[in-house]
Amino acid sequence: MSEPLLEVNHLKKYFPITSGLFNRTIGHVKAVDDISITLQQGETFGLVGESGSGKSTVGRTIIRLTDKTDGEVKFKGIDLYNVPEKELRKLRPKMQLIFQDPYSSLNPRVRVGDAIGEALINHGLAPKEEVRDRVLDVLDSCGLSSYHIDRFPHEFSGGQRQRIGIARALILDPDLIIADEPVSALDVSIQAQIINLFRKLQTTRGLTYLFISHDLSVVEHLCNRIGVMYLGTMMETASRDELFKNPLHPYTKALLSAVPIPVPRLKRERIVLKGDIPNPANPPAGCKFHTRCPFAADVCREQVPVFRHMGGDHYVACHLV
Amino acid sequence: MSSISGSVTKTEAHQAAVTPIRSSLWRQALHRLRKNKLAMSGFIFIVFMLLACFAGPLFSPYADNKINPANMNAAPSLKHWLGTDMLGRDVLTRLLQAGRISLTVGIASMCISVILGSILGAVAAYYRGIVDQIIMRVADLLLTIPGLPILFIMGALLSEWKIPSEYRMYIVMLMLSFIGWPGLARLVRSQMLSIREREFMQAAIVLGLNDRRKLFNHMIPNIIPLLIVVATLSIGGAILSESVLSFFGLGVMPPTPTWGNMIDAANNLIDFEKHPWLWIPPGVAIFTTVIAINIFGDGLRDVLDPKQKK
Repeated sequence: MSEPLLEVNHLKKYFPITSGLFNRTIGHVKAVDDISITLQQGETFGLVGESGSGKSTVGRTIIRLTDKTDGEVKFKGIDLYNVPEKELRKLRPKMQLIFQDPYSSLNPRVRVGDAIGEALINHGLAPKEEVRDRVLDVLDSCGLSSYHIDRFPHEFSGGQRQRIGIARALILDPDLIIADEPVSALDVSIQAQIINLFRKLQTTRGLTYLFISHDLSVVEHLCNRIGVMYLGTMMETASRDELFKNPLHPYTKALLSAVPIPVPRLKRERIVLKGDIPNPANPPAGCKFHTRCPFAADVCREQVPVFRHMGGDHYVACHLV
Repeated sequence: MSSISGSVTKTEAHQAAVTPIRSSLWRQALHRLRKNKLAMSGFIFIVFMLLACFAGPLFSPYADNKINPANMNAAPSLKHWLGTDMLGRDVLTRLLQAGRISLTVGIASMCISVILGSILGAVAAYYRGIVDQIIMRVADLLLTIPGLPILFIMGALLSEWKIPSEYRMYIVMLMLSFIGWPGLARLVRSQMLSIREREFMQAAIVLGLNDRRKLFNHMIPNIIPLLIVVATLSIGGAILSESVLSFFGLGVMPPTPTWGNMIDAANNLIDFEKHPWLWIPPGVAIFTTVIAINIFGDGLRDVLDPKQKK
């Protein structure tokens, strides 16, 4: 196998909880706790989990938007946490993040064309005369019109803004795109447009995606491999078909049973999880899921399950399978 | 939407974009400002005041500070529209000359405090840590002490040191900026810090933009509108403070006239009752000018918000 595009090994990100007059650290929120992901060129990896499971933090820590606590991130074989700031800046165009909120991720005082083209100019990736043409090209491939180039962000709808965000990332011709819930702020019909845009761009440009979402049906549509996160740890990873046909982890089963199906009369057993996601500052001992797991046994309360290989590319962290 | 852009060939599309209607945010703001009648009347009044004060005295037949003992405390007449004062000087001429000083002091001290405040605020926000702590604690210190008492003490010191009257105007400007900068520094710092955390600044990091671009293309353009509004409003405050100081005889000294010391000159019962033309005109001038500036500043604030559309 060739060298993976992105290799994340045992990534950890703990946020300190401070209190009192002198900001004493009284604990940590373990937002990301020992996550490993390997992405091959051209792959689409979907990261799912409920809110607060640390999905977004994984994405942001990978591209060094927040600092890691521990672990290793290798992009094209380069250890991202071991390069000086200056070189990191040069690497950045090749890995782009698409933000969740299309309203706040665009500067209200910068024209769309300038927002999209400025990184090209700033990195000297294109001569100044060419930038406008390049911007027009990328607007076109994102389904925006050329007359949009001189408008301001507030003149656009949410879906259009998200396209602008995508265009801003695409113009740099990145190898990796981390999409942090790019459609969750949009309504359903627009979601479909954006998802299809992601697919189209993957086939035309051979992009590699790390697609973060809480919506399994979106992930099913787009990803070839899926990882399920719970409270900062990976519970199960498998190829899409394997995961949907043969989910092994009780949490994955519960998530899948919650995906709406467009057949009204089809009765299906819904696994309803009790309670809320526990406080990540004080996660349960043993398997983090045991407090809500319908099958929890004594071993689950005491021992942390190992992330085991179940054949193919199916991995799961559960004592009971 | 994609079907529309698909039907237009790419070259046509490019040509269409070569001649865009580049309606800049500033032009849009100006357009909205023109429609805001209240703000525009404030603006027109300020322009009128500036013209009258700076050009008006040139047309006056009465020389600067010329004393005319034969015509003291004369009531308004066709010769002296606003009468004369106790030394026989034409009140209207003095009023306009006083306006020069008062407006200049107001605008200049605003400029100095805006420059000082934004540089110090930006430095504090950029370097953070100990630099931030030092600048902000000094600013806090100046903010906790009420401004007027400090100004009074400084004014009293100036009188004690017998600073010549012609320099006092400049020193008063500096004094007012000294009082004015902490508020502005806090404002600029807090704005910079909050913009830094906005998602589009994180996008700028992800895009790998360099610091200069982040600062000048993303942060500063988001601060400038607010700065313009605050600066405009602070001119009014500076004019008021200068008038108060001069009224107490601690600001600009006679014979150089300012609106404040003109009122002070009429600060006795006889003038108050018998010669209202001595104190009403400068009082009205201060009042209307400050009101006009505040109205205009409020209008600017309403207008300089890109999300607002009409």
